[in-house]
Amino acid sequence: MTNLVEVRNLQIEATTDAGRVVEIIKGVSLDIADGEIVALIGESGSGKTTVALSLMGYARPGCRITGGEINVNGKNLAALSEKERAKLRGTVIAYVPQSAAASFNPSSTIMEQVIEVTRIHGLMSPEQARRRAVKLFRALSLPDPEGIGARYPHQVSGGQLQRLSAAMALIGEPKLMIFDEPTTALDVTTQIDVLKAFKSVMRAGGIAGVYVSHDLAVVAQIADRIVVLKGGEVQETGTTAQILSAAQHPYTRELLAAFEPKPRQAHADTDAAVKPLLRIDNVTAGYGAVRDNGLPLIRAVDSVSLVVEKGRNLGIIGESGCGKSTLARVIAGIHPAAAGDIVFDGKQLERASGKRSQDQLREMQIVFQYADTALNPAKAVEDIISRPLAFYHRLDRQARSKRVDELLDMVRLPRTLRYRRPSELSGGQKQRVNFARALAAGPKLIICDEITSALDTVVAAAVIELLKELQRELGLSYIFISHDLSVVDAICDEIMVMYNGERVEQITPDRLKAPTHPYSKLLFSSVPKLDPTWLDGLVRDPELVSQYGHR
Amino acid sequence: MARAAASRRSFLGHSYNLVGVVASLVIVAWTLIAIFAPSITPHSIGDIVEDDYFGPMRQGLWLGSDYLGRDMLSRVLMGARYTVGISLAAVVIACFSGVVLGMIAAVTGGWFDSCLSRFLDAMNSIPSKLFGLVVVAAVGSSIPALIMTLAVIYIPGAYRFARALAVNINTMDFMTVARVRGESTFYLIGSEILPNIIRPVLADFGLRFVFIVLLLSGLSFLGLGLQPPLADWGALVRENIGGLPFAAPAVIVPSLAIASLTISVNLLIDNLPQKIRDRDA
Repeated sequence: MTNLVEVRNLQIEATTDAGRVVEIIKGVSLDIADGEIVALIGESGSGKTTVALSLMGYARPGCRITGGEINVNGKNLAALSEKERAKLRGTVIAYVPQSAAASFNPSSTIMEQVIEVTRIHGLMSPEQARRRAVKLFRALSLPDPEGIGARYPHQVSGGQLQRLSAAMALIGEPKLMIFDEPTTALDVTTQIDVLKAFKSVMRAGGIAGVYVSHDLAVVAQIADRIVVLKGGEVQETGTTAQILSAAQHPYTRELLAAFEPKPRQAHADTDAAVKPLLRIDNVTAGYGAVRDNGLPLIRAVDSVSLVVEKGRNLGIIGESGCGKSTLARVIAGIHPAAAGDIVFDGKQLERASGKRSQDQLREMQIVFQYADTALNPAKAVEDIISRPLAFYHRLDRQARSKRVDELLDMVRLPRTLRYRRPSELSGGQKQRVNFARALAAGPKLIICDEITSALDTVVAAAVIELLKELQRELGLSYIFISHDLSVVDAICDEIMVMYNGERVEQITPDRLKAPTHPYSKLLFSSVPKLDPTWLDGLVRDPELVSQYGHR
Repeated sequence: MARAAASRRSFLGHSYNLVGVVASLVIVAWTLIAIFAPSITPHSIGDIVEDDYFGPMRQGLWLGSDYLGRDMLSRVLMGARYTVGISLAAVVIACFSGVVLGMIAAVTGGWFDSCLSRFLDAMNSIPSKLFGLVVVAAVGSSIPALIMTLAVIYIPGAYRFARALAVNINTMDFMTVARVRGESTFYLIGSEILPNIIRPVLADFGLRFVFIVLLLSGLSFLGLGLQPPLADWGALVRENIGGLPFAAPAVIVPSLAIASLTISVNLLIDNLPQKIRDRDA
């Protein structure tokens, strides 16, 4: 036994509710040496999380490990009893989940939860455990290492919580850490702190790691080797440098290609007089009690003005909580503005959607981030897409059916999908249906609220391509809201940066390299690059970070 | 279908199990009896056909005789008609009104929701048997009055249940999308919410049916239900309670009838056929 982890010909099966057996993992083999960090990457459904979980001898409900060996630290987890596996979890192998916020118990203090592992395994006295936890907090560069343990999970930020869950995993001094997309839910500016903290503790302790992610740029910063998975099989294995520079497998190349900046579409009609399609002036909106001046207590959007021209796209970018989604809801009238004007296609719009005319509603459509909740799970795709046709255009059954076929063609979905329910579609397919429903209305403006952020890189790139094509064919305008700069960069003619409810800067993609506002600078410099040395070489202005970063 | 679990089989794209099938057969049997009762009863329910009261089972009087010497089989068969019929009518009214109001309240929100919720909470706080007593004292006991009373008693529960489910659905983005599209409240509740809550609502429907059967039997036992010579199962138990020391079938059989119906409905709810979702097998 030379390596810490040796997985040989791992097979995992699941049973569906019809009793059919599905092979999820088809003979995966994998080695991890002491102190080495291996990244598992692949699209959603590729089995990367399933493989990572199997290293703890765990299979999710309905799945079971049916074949192969999982040797960790000299023990074959596949052959151990559940009780023996439990002894290894937390002491030899530890796990950092994707969403720390969902994994902490909201009703007990952080310290109690961090040292729980030592109590379960009887590793050390609670006093010792607390001292060790504080040491870990310091190593993970958490603010106030002595005091933070006494807080409750809702009293710290998402990035801090993610580092605290790493502390929880590290307290049992494991030899292997499993990270399951730990930074996917974080803002780019926060992600950097978390990545840096992870990297330094792993390096200092000589701990081996498995890092599950679909973000190649993040993986490039932290992993020594990369394993590319697809359809439950290993496609390619190599050192990070090898994979990044000379990927062999077509799927890996596709992943890499999704990172290449796309050639932007040139606007031939730049000189022609472009009419503004949407103009909003000094719009303010927020939540909480309305005060004497008619403005709400908490202003999520504060005096924002913007213009969208016909056939052009505006990107709105900023971190979570900056008010960009509220702005989208204000424009669509879901959350009526407290002050300001919204002028659409030359006409003043009512602030609340309920008071707008049917045509005004039809011409401005909004597409939400999570297709899972934006599509009614009880309806077939056909019914979902045909409702706007019946409602706005009063088409009869035959005309609707024909149009549904056309719309499915437009969003590049096979026509046979029309009888399926949303739960029977993949994430990318769902988002396309979501988009097709907006198209069915025949809009002039589509507000896309983070529509690619729940998708993995390759699928997101395909959706963006689709959006561009449809724009060329149908002359649409988009307002594209995202926290992902590369997405906005790919499709937008102008980019507006929001911070704390205010518009801080509006720039064009050509000048993206040279933002003037300090917050834009920080934001743009925080986007991970494919270069593996990027994180180590990154120097950020500490003044900027303390002013705008949420540590 | 490589390895279907032993207790579940599949039929028409649904999987079901044995308990559910047996329970539904019992329910179907009682329903048929309720429908065809007048043509299958051997005697009229009012006729005194036996000199002996609380008579044992014998040929011709398959379930013995009651406290007046009437044929128990006929009375149980006709009792099915009243118990199943009244309960079904009441539960349909209660669940329909409760679920529709609950969904409207969830979608509308604001003061409409608050007022309706508080009003129905107040209704809920009135003990059901006392409420029945007051209504019977006020308007007398008749089948329509019984149905309405039972329905009113169970509307708040159905409302609460449907509202709680609908509030969860209401926060979904597809509801926002439909609202921004300009859809009416009735489209929202009928087409967007209802399909998502129909299964728990049906389960609640069955459970409420059981409660109503029991409450109706309870009211009849207290003498507030159907008036003689008509009798539902609860009334049959009450009027023959004197036969208990003699182990007369007259008191045991209607009790078994109530038990078999309520337990079957309960078991059917717990074992409803499940649609098999994975179709691209």
